[in-house]
Amino acid sequence: MKFLENIVHKMEPKFAKGGKLEKWNPVFESFATLAFTPAHVTKKGSHIRDGVDLKRTMMTVIMAMLPCLLFGIYNTGHWEMVAEAGDRSLDFWANGGDKFLRGVIVVLPLIVVSYGVGLTIEFIFGLIRGHALHEGFLVSGMLIPLVMPADVPLWMVGVATAFAVIIGKEVFGGTGMNILNVALTARAFLFFAYPTSMSGDNVWMSGNEVDGFTGSTALGDLATFMTDKASVAGQAVVDGAGMDTFTNTYSVMDSFFGMIPGSIGETSVVACLIGAFILLVTGVGSLRIMASFFAGGYVMGLLMNLIGGNVYLDLDAHYHLIIGGFAFGAVFMATDPVTAAQTATGKILYGFFGGAVAILIRVLNPAYPEGVMLAILFMNVMAPIIDHYVVQANIKRRLKRVKTA
Amino acid sequence: MSEKEPREPLFSKKNKKLVTDPLTDNNPITIQVLGICSALAITVQVEQAVVMSASVLFVLVFGNIIVSMLRNLIPSRIRIIVQLVVVASLVIIVNEVLAAFLPDVSEKLSVFVGLIITNCIIMGRFEAFAMGNKVWPSIMDALGNSFGYAWILILVAFFRELLGSGTLWGVQILGSAIPGEEWGLYTMGYANNNMMILPPMALIVVGIIIWVQRSRNKALIEDH
Repeated sequence: MKFLENIVHKMEPKFAKGGKLEKWNPVFESFATLAFTPAHVTKKGSHIRDGVDLKRTMMTVIMAMLPCLLFGIYNTGHWEMVAEAGDRSLDFWANGGDKFLRGVIVVLPLIVVSYGVGLTIEFIFGLIRGHALHEGFLVSGMLIPLVMPADVPLWMVGVATAFAVIIGKEVFGGTGMNILNVALTARAFLFFAYPTSMSGDNVWMSGNEVDGFTGSTALGDLATFMTDKASVAGQAVVDGAGMDTFTNTYSVMDSFFGMIPGSIGETSVVACLIGAFILLVTGVGSLRIMASFFAGGYVMGLLMNLIGGNVYLDLDAHYHLIIGGFAFGAVFMATDPVTAAQTATGKILYGFFGGAVAILIRVLNPAYPEGVMLAILFMNVMAPIIDHYVVQANIKRRLKRVKTA
Repeated sequence: MSEKEPREPLFSKKNKKLVTDPLTDNNPITIQVLGICSALAITVQVEQAVVMSASVLFVLVFGNIIVSMLRNLIPSRIRIIVQLVVVASLVIIVNEVLAAFLPDVSEKLSVFVGLIITNCIIMGRFEAFAMGNKVWPSIMDALGNSFGYAWILILVAFFRELLGSGTLWGVQILGSAIPGEEWGLYTMGYANNNMMILPPMALIVVGIIIWVQRSRNKALIEDH
């Protein structure tokens, strides 16, 4: 470490104002502060300062995502093997090392492309605007591969990342100014631009080319299942027995631990909860948003049960929380501090309606199976309005107190 | 009145400016943000955009001429109604001509030809220019504004058709994705961007054009 520090100190004058490489200062500073805590001190009237700066915060979030990433890699490898064998009953824990390796081969390029494209664009904007690399993309760059299906073409990930960083973030002024969650913008872009590569039966398992073998997800199966006659994951279904077949294929335990097909990082609720624990203990994530998001989803699920009518509406409410990207969205996407509501009451409303809308979209419009993505983007747009009314209500309440006194 | 005012040359600096200004620094779409609705609706294909631009060119030029000629006769209290009658008659002519000679395009443009009546650029030019200027400058103004409208429209349509359908003017440029007869980029895994066909992407493309324009000319950025 000392060795690295010496190099950085030696190079510093060259990049300082008036130095030979002044123009490249943003690039230098980005790398230097990534490795070492910057030596900047507050110059004018000091405020309370924490030792944790933005880069450290972002690193905490990445740390929290690691369980999801590792499990996602393993899961991807598992389903690739399943697709190859054409047999869904393959033992999940057999051939562990092999599966992990296969997963790495699929997932690593996605991560490289996402970071490569995103950071390049951030560097270019940093150079033009004369600021150091903004830290925000460290998290987005890891989130993007985690919300992709395993089989998505790499160039699409690149295009989506570029779109999300430029249109979703840089046009609004960069990190901290964006209205929409960057990773979800990338996913939504792909979802609408290249629907055949982002939904359907054949994208969730890498290398699925076996004819007649459906690699559908739980949500996809539920959607085809509305009529109660279609088959779930290759199993023939008798009229009216849809729910049983579904719960047999996707048992609560499998869905909870994440041994089901889906986007790379989203399947395991356990991994998401470990991440949530890390975020909450370090104080980075908001408990209000996470808890109310789950509550909103559960309440809406119960409401749907009351209506009833088809398999999707009748599905037990707790099931909704463990299939699809609900848990992942609640823990890592909805809590994004830039795009979420800022006030305490606002956070609860934001989370609750986010969860409720997610289930509403998921159940009532099966054409958009990933309701969580659309719900969070929708609530991102609504967050400033929520905050506005919370603040106004507070002002009104306090004015009243003054007037009556 | 022995000394007559010297006649202004047809292509004086002032008249030329009437044509060139709306092309760039006073563009009706990117600067005045008028006529946006049609820019979003009919820019899926270049052909539609060109036909639409030609229609607007016709309506605006002849409308400006008529309004400019009548400007001293129109009572100011009913001028908007008179202007509307002028636009409406011209639009009906365009609509009938398109239906007769370009039925395919006419069908695709459907109501949007009729909606030229409500295109803010046209009423805007009548009210802001033709009502107060002679015929020749009015023609210049109409040409400038409709070409300013046209090039943005065609540029947006170029990107949307190329990236959204892989074609230009209906001709396959990037290859073909028909199963069994694929050629070009599609054999390498390229796919059309469906979002380009949806209206939101037109808004984003127009936004990017505005972004580029403003970053090249700082004078266009408003103070806050």
